[in-house]
Amino acid sequence: MTQQTSGLIHGLYAEGDPIQDTKAPAGPIADRWNTRKFESALVNPANRRKLSVIIVGTGLAGGAAAATLGEAGYHVKSFCYQDSPRRAHSIAAQGGINAAKNYKEDGDSTFRLFYDTVKGGDYRSRESNVYRLAEVSANIIDQCVAQGVPFAREYGGLLDNRSFGGVQVSRTFYARGQTGQQLLIGAYQALERQVAAGTVEMYSRHEMLEVIVADGRARGIIARDLVTGEVETHLADVVVLATGGYGNVFFLSTNAMGSNVTATWRAHRKGAYFGNPCYTQIHPTCIPVAGEHQSKLTLMSESLRNDGRIWVPKRAEDCDKDPREIPEEDRDYYLERIYPSFGNLVPRDIASRAAKYVCDEGRGVGPKVGDFRRGVYLDFTDALRRMSKEAVAEKYGNLLDMYQRITGENPYEVPMRIYPAVHYTMGGLWVDYDLQSSIPGLFVAGEANFSDHGANRLGASALMQGLADGYFVLPNTIRDYLAKGPFEKLDDSHEAVVEAKASVDARIAKLLEINGDRTVDSFHRELGNIMWEYCGMERTEEGLLKAIDLIRALRDEFWRNVRVLGAADTLNQSLERAGRVADFLELGELMCIDALHRRESCGGHFRAESQTEDGEALRHDDEFAYVAAWEWGGDNGGAPILHKEDLVYEFVEMKQRSYK
Amino acid sequence: MTGMNLTLKIWRQAGPRAKGEMVTYPVTDISPDMSFLEMLDVLNEQLTARGEEPIAFDSDCREGICGMCGLMISGKAHGPEVTTTCQLHMRSFSDGDEITVEPWRADAFPVIKDLVVDREAFDRIIQAGGFISANTGAAPEAHSVPVPKPKADRSFMAAACIGCGACVAACPNASGMLFLGAKITHLGELPQGQPERDARVVAMVNQHDHEGFGGCTNIGECSLACPKEIPQDVINQLNLDLRRALTHGH
Amino acid sequence: MVPPVATNTLPRTGPASARRTTVFLKMVMAVSGALFVLYVLLHMYGNLKIFSGVEAFDHYAESLRTLLTPILPVGGVLWLLRALLIVSVVAHVWAAAQLWRRANGARSNRYFAKEAARAALTSKAMRWGGIALLLFVIWHLLQFTIVKFNVGPDAAAGNSVGALVISSFQVWWVALIYLLAMIALGMHLYHGVFSASQTLGWSTTAKARARARATATVIALVVAVGFILPPLAILFGIVKGN
Repeated sequence: MTQQTSGLIHGLYAEGDPIQDTKAPAGPIADRWNTRKFESALVNPANRRKLSVIIVGTGLAGGAAAATLGEAGYHVKSFCYQDSPRRAHSIAAQGGINAAKNYKEDGDSTFRLFYDTVKGGDYRSRESNVYRLAEVSANIIDQCVAQGVPFAREYGGLLDNRSFGGVQVSRTFYARGQTGQQLLIGAYQALERQVAAGTVEMYSRHEMLEVIVADGRARGIIARDLVTGEVETHLADVVVLATGGYGNVFFLSTNAMGSNVTATWRAHRKGAYFGNPCYTQIHPTCIPVAGEHQSKLTLMSESLRNDGRIWVPKRAEDCDKDPREIPEEDRDYYLERIYPSFGNLVPRDIASRAAKYVCDEGRGVGPKVGDFRRGVYLDFTDALRRMSKEAVAEKYGNLLDMYQRITGENPYEVPMRIYPAVHYTMGGLWVDYDLQSSIPGLFVAGEANFSDHGANRLGASALMQGLADGYFVLPNTIRDYLAKGPFEKLDDSHEAVVEAKASVDARIAKLLEINGDRTVDSFHRELGNIMWEYCGMERTEEGLLKAIDLIRALRDEFWRNVRVLGAADTLNQSLERAGRVADFLELGELMCIDALHRRESCGGHFRAESQTEDGEALRHDDEFAYVAAWEWGGDNGGAPILHKEDLVYEFVEMKQRSYK
Repeated sequence: MTGMNLTLKIWRQAGPRAKGEMVTYPVTDISPDMSFLEMLDVLNEQLTARGEEPIAFDSDCREGICGMCGLMISGKAHGPEVTTTCQLHMRSFSDGDEITVEPWRADAFPVIKDLVVDREAFDRIIQAGGFISANTGAAPEAHSVPVPKPKADRSFMAAACIGCGACVAACPNASGMLFLGAKITHLGELPQGQPERDARVVAMVNQHDHEGFGGCTNIGECSLACPKEIPQDVINQLNLDLRRALTHGH
Repeated sequence: MVPPVATNTLPRTGPASARRTTVFLKMVMAVSGALFVLYVLLHMYGNLKIFSGVEAFDHYAESLRTLLTPILPVGGVLWLLRALLIVSVVAHVWAAAQLWRRANGARSNRYFAKEAARAALTSKAMRWGGIALLLFVIWHLLQFTIVKFNVGPDAAAGNSVGALVISSFQVWWVALIYLLAMIALGMHLYHGVFSASQTLGWSTTAKARARARATATVIALVVAVGFILPPLAILFGIVKGN
């Protein structure tokens, strides 16, 4: 961790030692997980109750881990900021969950799921991790079915599968458009069962505000009871963060209102490396922003692209016309034009960027927000002519209804409008093969870690990863760490505890003290605009440098001029948001630095300077086939330190993709 | 049309034990494309600018699935449409409307602050038995137990419950039976749910009653308020399951 | 001692019994209510005898007293029936009171504005309608069974039940009380019969629910119309005394 700089790169960051060991066993890829499980130490059942585990977050990863560790007999404390663990944002995932069951006998296998995921991640993920993910995927389905998750079934009573996200095998299990909800409720029920059994203590409406690192180990958290405002200390032998992604740094995203980076960012500031923060997935088929008041964006399943045709007017002056009155020859079906073989089904990032370009040219449609119309048509007219209204309703009815409810327009009559929105963040806290961060005793699971999706995540893989981490990976790897415990008992007077609690108290007091002129949301919105403009679908060196300056200035203003009313000792939603935005203001800068340093395009990261003649993303494997793990540069404005973890591909050959 | 002017009457209550009251707030120039909660966001921004504490209300996913939001809007749970509060848009209202906004009212859902209520009673009902005991790793191969499609579909229909509490809020008896019936039906329709079926319904109904919810008198307001349109027949299923448990000696 | 490890069984806190639930209370209401439904159907059928004349009516009334004699003493069946009905009414009212009390306690702070999603008059009128019916039954028993007082014009009517009926319903306000009571009974049955089928778990599907609604409508109409025909016929002089 020593800073071996002879000066900062770009004046922004320093480069530290590379990461040598990720703890993944060597040998044939199919044996590695078994090897690791065997090598992982065991804990005597009688000792488990003496070992305590804090798990922050109750989504698929956190909920599943809490339930599983509770069943195993550990003393688990589970935290969520929502009023119930069942609200975690995993619930909103629509599409499905992948598993290499090969129930369709269509050539699927663990290796193929592994291969597709590595390729989909644009060769920026670890082979060992991804293989393990594919390997345990089948167990997830078994587990969920046993819990009573009502997956879609065929008339014979067996599970139905569909193909999803452009893959050629049918390996996606689903529960209509509510797969995430059903899987989460399964994990939630398993968790509540353990609460009833007394193995899990549930702390809902609690927000983690600091991690306690004592004698080099993560030993607890400081959490605020959001109802009473009390700042509480919770100690344990190990801490797990399963707190989701940070897409809300863009203010508008498909994340929940409360989704935030605070837990992982606080851990980062205490020494946990942040991996690949710039990898952001942008989903092309979201409902566009309707006005300045917009608080969040809603995704519609991209299955709509199977039958809908995407277009904008050829001429900017047609953009405010009724789309039905624009004749065929004046429409530009730009995806079909540029990508004749894939057409409207090009991958997410290509579809998203293409929409941005046509809107930047002034050919976007829908209401003007600011100076631009940001929307393109997704037109079902041909499908309605080809299929019949009933057939379209049967296939897409719930999505079209949702669209109508939100926009007030009838998609059976007027073409829908869509625009890309931030959906998922592949980056997160850096973890080793055991899901342990660079702070011993701090484990990270689900979207909160960076581990399995590389630079881009395949459809229906987020649910798979969350549950794989929570049910099967973490409970096995954490054992090895817990076997060394119980660790020396801490009490509230330990220096590390006192320091952590004092810093939280001071921060809350500071936020309430400033009493400036601007609301928390106005800062958040401005940050979001900066991020979306300069660190969104397309990034340039110039833009990112500008963004960094803007963010720094905004952060500075925030701490001088934010207005947070109310008191600390009561439910205070402005205060909660203020703390989250303060952390986003720091994260945003690191994202820009990461995006700036990665002078290549890969997956969800597109650098305008690195593209092929056809405008395709161009990777530079010779320079950038590594994970960028960032170390916090220090509280006094120190520059972040980059640690590189080289990615070695032994089983999959790196290829440049092409969708022309 | 743009810019509606509305009069909001909103329940303000400083804390769990504080006495609350309805407070009137005029809002102007409200876009019909705003969601109801975005309209409250706008009001809160204005209140903050004026130095008044913003109105506390719950919401999270804002896409109608997490179940965190829930307001009584002019006497209707989640407002005039069949949807969650977060998916309700201002185009459902007209210029000049007076809108009352209250929290869910039920003794089992005590008010925490303003429009925020405590719904942990629902979690405790699930704790009492709203699960299938299947420890991680103990599951058999998923295809070893086929589930007839009609049963799987009915199970799914019931499992669509988002636990928002609108059923309780709308019920004249403040009964939680629709929530409860949905879980009983979800798990009871599946072969995996059979071993614990009797014990589950007895334990969950006991917990429901213990929490202080009222009993069901088959009025049906719950189903009509349910954003996921869960039908009353899940309560029927619940009754049937309890009767069966009774005959099995529970 | 090995500390508690893992859980494979449902943890139980406190005694959980199916008999101590609100659902059980509703079952009590459903079963006792069902007994009443059967009884009022029989009663209504008997009342229609008045259209065959006072004598036929009296004969029918007397035959009820001598039913199953000599196995049972005179009036034995009637008393068994009465006992059953008394138990039912006590159970019905007791369970209703429990549920009412619970419901009141479940929302001590009322809404400022509350709109019913549909005008479910029949379901909302169950409690007050039920009390009104209870009062009516007391009045009815006093009038025709216990005291047998006559408010009508026929002074000699005390000797025959049929004559008493005819004499009583020639008074407009007596007929009106019965008319109102039968509307209340119809409404009570309309919701009650449906509700009972729900409570007993007989209408698990939408189809079964529609069937239960239809059955409830038919029973409510048959009972209310069947009961109200004799008083109206008497009031308007269609059926006359001897």
